[in-house]
Amino acid sequence: MNLAIRDIRHNAGRFAFTTVGIGMLLMIVMGMGGIYRGLIHEATLLVDRVGADLWIVQGRTRGPFAEISRIPGNLEDRARAVPGVAEARRFVSHTIQREREGRPLRMVVQGLSWPEDRGDWVPLVSGRSLTQGHYEMIADDSLDLPLGTKIVLGKNDYEVVGLTRGMVGTGGDGLAFFTVSDAMAIQFDQPGEAIRLERAARRARVEAVDIGRQQPLFLDRAVGLSSGIPAFAKSQVSAVLVSLAPGADLEVVRRTLETWPDITVYSTEEQKNLLLSGMVDKARRQLGLFRALLIVISTIIIALIVYTLTLDKVRDIALLKLIGARNPVIIGLILQQALLMGLAGYALAWWGGQYAFPRFPRLVLISSSDLVSLAVIVVVISILASFLGIWKAMRIEPNTVLAA
Amino acid sequence: MSTAPAIVVEHLRKVYGSGRTEVVAISDASLEIARGEIVGMLGPSGSGKSTILTAMALINPPTSGRVTINGELALEGPHALVDLRAFRRKHLGFVFQKANLIPFLTALENVQIALEVNDLAPRAARKRALELLGYLGVEARAKNLPTALSGGEQQRVAVARALANEPTLILADEPTAALDSTLGRQVMELFARIAHERQAGVLVVTHDHRTLDVFDRILDVEDGMIQERKVHRDSPAGR
Ligand SMILES: Nc1ncnc2c1ncn2[C@@H]1O[C@H](COP(=O)(O)OP(=O)(O)OP(=O)(O)O)[C@@H](O)[C@H]1O
Ligand SMILES: [Mg+2]
Repeated sequence: MNLAIRDIRHNAGRFAFTTVGIGMLLMIVMGMGGIYRGLIHEATLLVDRVGADLWIVQGRTRGPFAEISRIPGNLEDRARAVPGVAEARRFVSHTIQREREGRPLRMVVQGLSWPEDRGDWVPLVSGRSLTQGHYEMIADDSLDLPLGTKIVLGKNDYEVVGLTRGMVGTGGDGLAFFTVSDAMAIQFDQPGEAIRLERAARRARVEAVDIGRQQPLFLDRAVGLSSGIPAFAKSQVSAVLVSLAPGADLEVVRRTLETWPDITVYSTEEQKNLLLSGMVDKARRQLGLFRALLIVISTIIIALIVYTLTLDKVRDIALLKLIGARNPVIIGLILQQALLMGLAGYALAWWGGQYAFPRFPRLVLISSSDLVSLAVIVVVISILASFLGIWKAMRIEPNTVLAA
Repeated sequence: MSTAPAIVVEHLRKVYGSGRTEVVAISDASLEIARGEIVGMLGPSGSGKSTILTAMALINPPTSGRVTINGELALEGPHALVDLRAFRRKHLGFVFQKANLIPFLTALENVQIALEVNDLAPRAARKRALELLGYLGVEARAKNLPTALSGGEQQRVAVARALANEPTLILADEPTAALDSTLGRQVMELFARIAHERQAGVLVVTHDHRTLDVFDRILDVEDGMIQERKVHRDSPAGR
């Protein structure tokens, strides 16, 4: 006969309330684990998806995900000339926050190296990839921009021609893909007045030197488009992505590139590790700490409830001892209650998570290995939590039955 | 079945507390109960009846004296010579003033658990528990929790549990105190029937002088001493 279940049935209300509480705590523990997994997934998603073999970034920096990396766009052409390189693309990525219909709209502006890269690798849920070099974009559906939407960024309108899903940046903001030149136009957009003032300042500087006064043509060039001035080459991209030709040796290509003093080269794996050891590591420690705390709290709650359930049963346990029940019967009663509470809470957490986690603002990824390890933890804490009640039960004297 | 007395108590002495708070509850008590006899124990409040009974029940070890159950020495002073819990399980049955049923178990389960702790398989235990409830006339309430039973029904379930393992000795401390006189009498007669039909020794502590005729012998306890009362009846134990 199972005493634990019968006692629980008798105390159904208290047991149910506690289990719901434990379930919620465990759901948070589970969710935090899922948030961490989601964080890693989202952080490495882009690095994985763009499918580069090597990342060329600004010299002595850790790359665009760790800090600001600026290299000239023409580095792409230098890279292409290295033997073994099949393809080199410019990588431009930055986060912007604008207002749309009164609500903040945060997106990661991601440049595609048009015309080689039209975003064909981006998994589309509807629409198409880019077909022209300007004014088109592919948006992640988390940005809530339906197909055909036109948004103004900088001085231009951009139309959403394709929708993707689950493509977010390291901060969890949806990605929007533009051609590199559009992405840079958005990034370096300046008000007309700023440009006019800059040109006036340039004119003044050029007029102040001999060459400006002697060469009127030079003056004309100086006040024209900044991109038209060789010395002002402003075309700054974050990185250049290199794909190797079939059969090319990564180490050989890498060693060649590393002889260039103005850049640093990382493999995709290294780029990912830099990303994870930097921003994600702190989040991991933070979430880990919270989870540990919540598990300790769950243990204490289970222990206290099991203990009070035991206190309520002092006479019954004394009676069991009186009629000669062996200790395993009594220990089993308490231990099973703790385990039932823990496991019912776990089941509730799992069930609740199915509904709650998809509604979280950031991706929550519940892996089955995390589920298994949490189940093991729940069993362990339930056993620990039962010790207090068992300790109490073992000290009950059978003649307590007679105490009025 | 062994022919040894159900219980032999020799020179029992129990002192509660120590120093200035010392209370000598039992000074020197000896008694013997054979199988198949029902013995009543009477005495004023505080005379030490419960103390004797709990010492016999192996849940309140005496300061000195010996308790021998079914021919086996169980207690030598405060020292246990056997596994007391196992001994209780095998040889003893208990009924107390308040029924002392487990509140979260049904009537049937309250009896069944006593059988299961004595290693009877659940199915067999259930069958036997039902028989016992039938024997006591409460099988109709088998599926009810104790709170749904009347005082008399609860008491009968407790008696069924005490009988479950065919104990050598049944100890009852004021089992009828919570019952009206008719029910009290029924329970007492039940004890007598159990003693005689099932060859168990039965000791009943009681204050109820109207039911004394069911006892084969009566012990009077006063100031921690036991006196056998002279009963003028023709061979009651031979009924
Ligand atoms: N745990 C205890 N600690 C100290 N003294 C006790 C304890 N239990 C009983 N006594 C004392 O021992 C004496 C005998 O008590 P006991 O309970 O055996 O009496 P009783 O005959 O059963 O009385 P009643 O008819 O009221 O139940 C009393 O004086 C009582 O105060
Ligand atoms: Mg008493």
